[in-house]
Amino acid sequence: MRTAMSRLTLVEPRTLTEALGILHEDPSRTPIAGCTDVYVNLNFGTLPDTRFLDIWRLDELREIALDGEVLSIGALATYADLIRSPLVEERLPILAAASREIGGAQIQNRGTIGGNVANASPAGDTLPVLAVAEARVVLASADGVRRVPFNGFYTGYRASVRRPDELIAALEIPQLSGRQWFRKVGTRAAQAISKIVMAGIRSRSPRLAVGSVAPTVVRLPETEAVLAAGGSIDAARAALAREIQPIDDVRSTAEYRRRVAENLLARFWRETA
Amino acid sequence: MKRLLDVLREECGLTGTKEGCGEGECGACTVLIEGVPVNSCLVPFAHARGARVTTIEGLNGSHPLQETFVSEGGAQCGICTPGMILAATVLPGDAELEEIRTALAGNICRCTGYEGIYRAIRAAARARPRQGDPQPASRAEPGADAER
Repeated sequence: MRTAMSRLTLVEPRTLTEALGILHEDPSRTPIAGCTDVYVNLNFGTLPDTRFLDIWRLDELREIALDGEVLSIGALATYADLIRSPLVEERLPILAAASREIGGAQIQNRGTIGGNVANASPAGDTLPVLAVAEARVVLASADGVRRVPFNGFYTGYRASVRRPDELIAALEIPQLSGRQWFRKVGTRAAQAISKIVMAGIRSRSPRLAVGSVAPTVVRLPETEAVLAAGGSIDAARAALAREIQPIDDVRSTAEYRRRVAENLLARFWRETA
Repeated sequence: MKRLLDVLREECGLTGTKEGCGEGECGACTVLIEGVPVNSCLVPFAHARGARVTTIEGLNGSHPLQETFVSEGGAQCGICTPGMILAATVLPGDAELEEIRTALAGNICRCTGYEGIYRAIRAAARARPRQGDPQPASRAEPGADAER
């Protein structure tokens, strides 16, 4: 059953300052942009929110640029923007790789990286990439700007440290070294939500993050420590098994996810050797 | 918060745009906004304000793809066809099969097995000049009507 659209209200600020002022006055408004998540829930009558703040036209949040050695990605950069960006290809190619596997062209043309972070799905495909990149989330409010580490952004299932009066303005990616790796496993190559999604960076201190195996995307510090210390891949697999909490759901089973996560770890290590 | 899809179908009477899944999986509702394919079931009408929206009606029945979808058996039940054709309009004339498959990854067809569709797209590419640019699609003009 569809949500009655007539009950919904939408405000459309023209500048970021105006948007932050509106959120300051009324933090109960839900920010929306590409709408690829929000309309799914609206169409099925499962979205409780009725008051929205449309930030799609705030072009100041769309830029992808280098600021010194930091890659700054505006929250409204779409997956198509990320796929096309030479800066993303040079600095964080696994972000472009993840973007290519999200939906089809129609979704990639509308969905945004800020929306992927804000939607906070444990299966969000860009999230393991941001986790291994040790990105910072730039949060803007009428009070100013603060930056929080992406790896401390989520506090639980679909919960984050973002205050209701704050907008995600950008993601900042520090300079990275090492070999980047990404792999998504879904039912088919396109148009599928991840059963498992993993990102890694191979360096002296390897980094690994995985989605769809816990209430939030997770880094794997114990597994990373085993790999950094030169431990065997079997020891790393055992560590990984202790660090994830997959569940049975409509897309897959806990057992399948556990097995595939271990296999992906082995594949990451082999392919980045 | 009205959906672009509903405004096109119910207010503009442009029923060539179909609703399939209502969640961005099937691509049946694909239209072009400023030449860019989107799922009109996931676009608030507000985002089409002042923009050029192209629906299947805007191709006037004379686009090379419309002819080759017929001649090559690219359509069977027809529900996915308007979205398939609009999604395919952005392909360059010399697109390889893999590029065609990627461009259509967001469009699902349950009849054809896709082979007739790929054949139609390649036949249309042969029939039109190789400019590497999207066809200058003529437009449906919901503008005046849809601003109501």
